[in-house]
Amino acid sequence: MRREQSLNPNPERQIDMKFMLAMNHRGNGAPQILSWAKDDLKGHINYMKQFATKLGKQGELVAAEGLAFPNEAKLVKANPDGTPNTDGVFPETKEFLVGYWIVEVETVKRAYEIAAEASMAPGQQGKPLHLDIEVRQVMSAPPPVE
Amino acid sequence: MNDARINGVLREHAPKLVGALVRRHRDLQACEDAVQEALLTASREWSRSRIPDEPRGWLLHVANRRVIDAVRSETSRRLREEVVVSLVPADEQHALAADEALAAEHDDSLDLLFLCCHSELSHASAIALTLRAVGGLTTAEIARAFLVPESTMGQRLSRARQTVKDAGISGEPLNAAQRAERLPAVLQVLYLMFNEGYAATEGASVHRVELASEALRLSRLLNAMLPSQPEVMGLLSLMLLTDARRAARVGEAGELIPLDEQDRSKWNREQIEEGSELIENAFALGAVGAFQLQAAIASLHSEAASTESTDWPQIVALYEVLMRVTGNPMVALNHAVAWAMVKGPRAGLEKLNALSELQDNYRLIAARGHLLERLGERADAAAAFRLAAQKTGSIAERNFLLLRAASLIAR
Repeated sequence: MRREQSLNPNPERQIDMKFMLAMNHRGNGAPQILSWAKDDLKGHINYMKQFATKLGKQGELVAAEGLAFPNEAKLVKANPDGTPNTDGVFPETKEFLVGYWIVEVETVKRAYEIAAEASMAPGQQGKPLHLDIEVRQVMSAPPPVE
Repeated sequence: MNDARINGVLREHAPKLVGALVRRHRDLQACEDAVQEALLTASREWSRSRIPDEPRGWLLHVANRRVIDAVRSETSRRLREEVVVSLVPADEQHALAADEALAAEHDDSLDLLFLCCHSELSHASAIALTLRAVGGLTTAEIARAFLVPESTMGQRLSRARQTVKDAGISGEPLNAAQRAERLPAVLQVLYLMFNEGYAATEGASVHRVELASEALRLSRLLNAMLPSQPEVMGLLSLMLLTDARRAARVGEAGELIPLDEQDRSKWNREQIEEGSELIENAFALGAVGAFQLQAAIASLHSEAASTESTDWPQIVALYEVLMRVTGNPMVALNHAVAWAMVKGPRAGLEKLNALSELQDNYRLIAARGHLLERLGERADAAAAFRLAAQKTGSIAERNFLLLRAASLIAR
């Protein structure tokens, strides 16, 4: 059900704020994860899984997707006739989106906390990676058309 | 009154009711809605008193009234030029209750299943419509299973119903020849529904696993309604044998475990026996098809105590027949892997290299990794697994392949 935002009695405490937490990979070389030792890889995978499970149980997770490695990515542009042109190559220094979470939280502060937790995902020798997580508010949809 | 028992009765009757009503009134949406309302009424009334002696008649009567009421209010509201909901004249509709007993034995669910799996519909639409109308799942449940928002699934279902209407597909009872002609489309839809659920491994996707259970349930239903059809038996057997390994194929952290490393004591023996018996009976009927061949291969795996003691020559032979029947290149890939188990990894690699159209496919690359690993060429094997990891579309498979590559380098 759609809630009436304008009737919210407490503007400090907004309801239904959604944020996208985007994880980026720098450069378009081979993803560094490919060269990790097995235990480091396992630690990272388990951390990410538990993170998503916990968000789900807390009722904060709206969606989470991991994306395929960027070396398979294509840049698409429409040809003059509107058909897809897939010859495009990504520019060298481009950052790639590797995955994202969409969370629904009461405050933006909470979204930052969740982002920090994602940022602490372990890397080699289990040390936190301090990943860059981009936090963007997801705009609310216009009222549905009946 | 026991609610679980009531739900069981309702679930069993829902598709038959929709089927019976569709034959009368032709409008799938109106009939589904009416049955939903009848089910709600029943669940309310029955839990207060008891389940009636003739639950089907009770439900049909209530649902039928609902359709007629809906048709009346619709027709009076709409202009004459607009499409009338029901193509059946109102006076005929009133005659329904009396002859229902006669029609009861005619299997309404079966006709409804054939309608929902019509080849005019895309596979995604057919699966959704089947789950809704035959399986009795709610739109929200189906949306969760497909990981899409409920409104998206609602639209997909409406479009599917519109396609049924536009193509003039009716819920008329089919004769044996029509059924035989349309059976492959039905089997394909059930098979895809099963795979969609079975491929799910992550904890977050338990709802997807329900797709596999539902496909299994519907295939059982189909096999009960259309007995002694070799390919129906083959499909049901394939599902039973595959599903029997479910507990062993995913580890505690949700990681995939390949067949040769699975703890075979976790396999569901009862289901394996049922599946194996079914496929033997199907083969005895003499019309061998693709589902039976796949079930026979699954059955050979299930009967073996280990990878080493598996009857690989027999599996190679079955894959060769399957290649001729389907012409699917993925079958040739599986054949190459089985070939390697008989003739050794080097012979398997030669077969893989010959599959020109699959060289970029992650499954082929992963299979090459396995064979290279068996040859002791660890660095090349790890490189193959890493390449495959970059090409798969599944996170579970990607994690599996990355861990495999890492374990080859670690030691």
